[in-house]
This record gives sequence, C-alpha cells and structure tokens, in this order.
Amino acid sequence: MPNPTPQIERASRPRPTVEELQEITRKLRVDTLNMIFEAQSGHPGSSFSCIDILTCLWSYVMKHDVNHPDWADRDRFVMSKGHGAPALYAVLMHEGYIPREEIHTLRQVHSNLQGHPASKYVKGVDVSTGSLGQGLSAAIGMALGLRLNNSPAHVYCLIGDGEAQEGQIWEAALSGAGHKLHNLTAICDRNTLQIDGCTENIKPLGDIGRKFDAFNWHVIEIPGHDFNKIFEALDYAKQYSNQNHVPTMIVAHTTKGKGVSFMENQAGWHGKAPNAEQMELALKDLAPETYFKRLQEAQ
Amino acid sequence: MATLSPAINLEKPEKEALRVQFGKTLAELGAQNPDIVVLDADLACSTMTKYFADAFPDRFFNQGISEADMMCTAAGLASVGKIPFVSTFALFASGRAWDQVRNTICYSNLNVKICPTHSGISLGEDGASHQSIEDIALMRVIPNMTVVVPSDAVETDHVIRWAAAHDGPMYVRLVRPNHAVIHDKATYQFEPFKIELMREGKDVTLCGTGETVYHALLAAKWLSERDGIEADVLNCAFIKPFDVDTLVQSARKTGKVVTVESHQFIAGLGGAVCEVLSEHHPTPVKRIGTMDQFGQSGKPDDLFREYGLDAQSIYESVKAFMR
Repeated sequence: MPNPTPQIERASRPRPTVEELQEITRKLRVDTLNMIFEAQSGHPGSSFSCIDILTCLWSYVMKHDVNHPDWADRDRFVMSKGHGAPALYAVLMHEGYIPREEIHTLRQVHSNLQGHPASKYVKGVDVSTGSLGQGLSAAIGMALGLRLNNSPAHVYCLIGDGEAQEGQIWEAALSGAGHKLHNLTAICDRNTLQIDGCTENIKPLGDIGRKFDAFNWHVIEIPGHDFNKIFEALDYAKQYSNQNHVPTMIVAHTTKGKGVSFMENQAGWHGKAPNAEQMELALKDLAPETYFKRLQEAQ
Repeated sequence: MATLSPAINLEKPEKEALRVQFGKTLAELGAQNPDIVVLDADLACSTMTKYFADAFPDRFFNQGISEADMMCTAAGLASVGKIPFVSTFALFASGRAWDQVRNTICYSNLNVKICPTHSGISLGEDGASHQSIEDIALMRVIPNMTVVVPSDAVETDHVIRWAAAHDGPMYVRLVRPNHAVIHDKATYQFEPFKIELMREGKDVTLCGTGETVYHALLAAKWLSERDGIEADVLNCAFIKPFDVDTLVQSARKTGKVVTVESHQFIAGLGGAVCEVLSEHHPTPVKRIGTMDQFGQSGKPDDLFREYGLDAQSIYESVKAFMR
C-alpha cells in the first residue's frame, strides 16, 4: 500500500447550527459563482443544487485529513456528476485541499481546476469524472477494494438525476446490491432538470427511489437543501448499510440553481456563466440579508 | 541480441493457448500478491480467469455482462491500491467500454491491466460481431495507455508477470486458439518496450505482432530457402510505446518493410510502423491486415488464409512487394 497512515485518526468535526451552515454555504455559493463568472464558463445551476450536500459531506460527515490526503483509511468521494466541479472546488478550497488563490484559475490553461474534476490535479479527487454514468461504478470498485483491505472507510458518490439516463448507472445499481456492499452511500441530486429541459419530458426518470429500491438498494428520500435531513440521511445510510450489507441511495430532492432567484429551476442555467449584469443581480441574491430572507420564505 | 532458438521447429511447432497461460500465470501471481484482483464479464471460462476465480474467490469479481461497469469498477479498485486484471473478449473491452477505459482508467492514470482474449479474426466461428479488428487502434490512441501483444504462450507468461509489477494502465491483447510456441521457455528473456529481432536478414523487414509473428517467421524461412530473400523478422509486441530505434535500424538496413497483423491494416501495427518510419526514416511499407473489411465466421486457420495472414500468403505478398 502506498498510503502512509497518520498517527492521529481524524474524526469528523462537531456539526454547527443550521444558521451557521446556511452562512457557510452562502459564502461557498459566492465562491462558486465567482469562479464561473471569471472563467465565463461552467455549471452554476448544477453546482448550486448539490453544494449543500457537498458541504455536509466534506466538512462534517466524511473522515479525511487534509494534512494526510493519501491516508489509506480516509472516506472516499466520487463526483460522478463531474460538471458540478465548481461546487466541489469551492468545498475543497474551504477544506484546504485547493489553495485559495486558485479560485481565479477555473477552466484556464495550466489550472488545477479543470472543467471537470481530474485526479491528476486535485487532492481529494481520486477518480476523474465528467463523462456521465461512470462514477458510481468506480465508487463500487473503491468500496470493494476497501472491504478487501478491511478498511473502516466509507465511500460516497454523488450522481445527477439526468445522469441516471445513462445505462451504466443501472449496471452499477445491479452490481452494488449484488456485491452486498456495506460501505457505500450514493446520493442522487434530483433537481429534475437537464441541459435540454425537464428530465421527465426528455427521458422520464419517474420515481428514481422506487427504481433503486427495485434494484435492492436501501433508499432514503430527503429534501436536498434541509441540513438536518441531509445529516440524518447520511448518518442513517451508513448505519443501515453497515448493518445490512446493502448500499444506500439517498434521493435528494433539490432545486437547480438554488440560491440565485433567476437561476432557480431554470434548465438554461445548467451550464451557462452569468454576464456582468446578471452577476451583479446574482450577488445581490447571495448577499446575506436577501439570501437568508429567501431561505426563510422557501421554508 | 535475441534470435529464434534452434529448438523451435517452425514447420511443426508446439502449440499452446495464450489465454490458458494467462489464466495460470494470473493464478500464480495471485498467490504471491494479495493486492491482485480479477474482474470478468461472464466469460471467465473462456478468458481463463477461472483459474484465478477458483483459487481466490474473494478477489474475483464477476461483474456480469456489464463491460462498462466492469472497467470503472476496476478503476475504483485500483484507486484504493489494488492491482486489477480485467478480462473479457477484446471487442467488448476496447469497443464497448472505450469511453470508460479512456476517461475513468487512463485519464486518472490508474493501475488497471486490461487483458482481453479472443482478439482479431482468429476468434473464428462466432464471426465479425465478435472479432476485434480495431482494438489496437482504439487502445493505442489513448494517452497513458501501454499496448502489448504477446506472440505466444511463453511471452504471455512474461508479459503478465511484468504487467503486475509495472504501474499504469495497460492493454494486453490475447487470442483464443492454441498457437505456435516460438520462444524457448528455458532461454527466453523478456525485454519490455523492445522489439525482439527474431531472425536477421538484409533484404526486407517483416514486422509481426501477436500471432502473426509466427507466420512471418515461417514465411521468412521459405523466402530464404526458396528464393534467397533474407528477412529481418521483428516481434513488435509493444505497439505502444513503440521501439523506434530497432525498427529504424532494420529499415535502414533493408529499405523495405512489411507489416502483418490480425487487425485492420489501418491504425494498428501497420499504422504505428508508418508513423515511425515517415518521421524518422521514410521507407516503402506494405501493410497486411484486414483490408478495411469485417471478418466472418470460419475456422481460425481458414480465416488466416482468407485474409492473407498465414505464412503462405505472407510469402507471396513479400515476393510481390520485392519485385
């Protein structure tokens, strides 16, 4: 094994209040949008639907140690919906895996912040993603390998809902249950939109939870921007899978573009950078007062 | 310098199946290295990964008929320190799962050994739907990928052992039939990344890869005996990276190069040879392979004759090329 084991096992941090989390993820949304604006390229809608989940995972659920990024028993994360990269980069920056100054380099030549996450450039990215449908299989491979190693590490994988139109997701669904994995939690970012429009008008996905249930996964459905529910689901998923040797799929019902009023529920903002005028409006929405007010109204 | 051992009788060679050797070597390696794992897509009895599966059931994953899923699962295993060997038929490993091999394995530069069997037209009776005649081309264009095509069971044994110890993505192309053994087990020394000069001549260079090395050797013997034409015969097991120096040295000496492969004559061995020579030492090249057409059902030997890949056809093609 190439990975040295640190002397001190890093436990996940104590969890903050919902209000504190809202402030953290508000700032991370600003970072994400700044990256995309400066690059004039990237996927804001797809980043904002999953950034709350990514923050919970990386900051308060997964066991990892930025000072020992190759720690063999660290929890693993696969960003199967690789186009959400800006959100992942913002979170990895917050966690110290990416130097803050790289915020200006997204999608530029010689940048570590490639358009889609690449393991060659970023610690915390173990498998490169971008071509949809492949990450869940890779996560299953990690879970199998960690099980052989008798590692306590848990594997997390985020897929998009549109991504579930790829056949390989269902090959992986069969495999994950077939291998009786006790150490895998997948999350589906169910924002109901893909580039060309509503998932249900393009290739209807229907009830994704019931489909995974039929594939013999343990399934949990949650509102995907409710921090308490996200934590509860992630904790229960791990506990259930550990005990029952069946992987868990958390279907997180999310809002594409969450946090910026004119981006919310708009397929057009799947993968488009705002212009200067739109950026100004977006930053107004992401200013604390407006942002928290809108969150309260949404409840 | 390696040459054909006098112990090898080209007219009546011993025959062994590369895939059986692959399976046995893999099982042996499995006993030595607990990090080796094997994945197959419901073809373990054909690819011979069953030897490993029987010996180490906990480290064998039958992924079912899901090649795309299998490749990415292997990538995940490699990312946590395992050494996955993946097998299925070559067409499915290279074609069906190309995007997975490119994006998840090679782009991440993960230590996955893709060792499919049943490559080329010698797959035989199942016909064109199962005969991979594009896989060398598909695999060698991917950055980070190493492509190796062993010529017989002896070389297969060495390549697989080397692959297990050498980091990085790799495609090892194996075949279905029992095939002539052209290396002496006792004396053979494997040199990675090197073209093996198996016969020395001065008039023409014959490049083979995999099964066609044997047929090129036999053709070269006849060219010498019947026509006084002396051929260099090169075993180009490493398609990528390609051993530029040895090829150029031979081409400089002979001034004529013939390539033979159980693969499309486009973008495989012939393509690699033309790329190297046109850049380093422009030389007339005759490429022999499937000439931009699909294969068909038939017995392997009959198909080799039909597509001009057997010793007699090579002999005739070389003579015509020399005129």
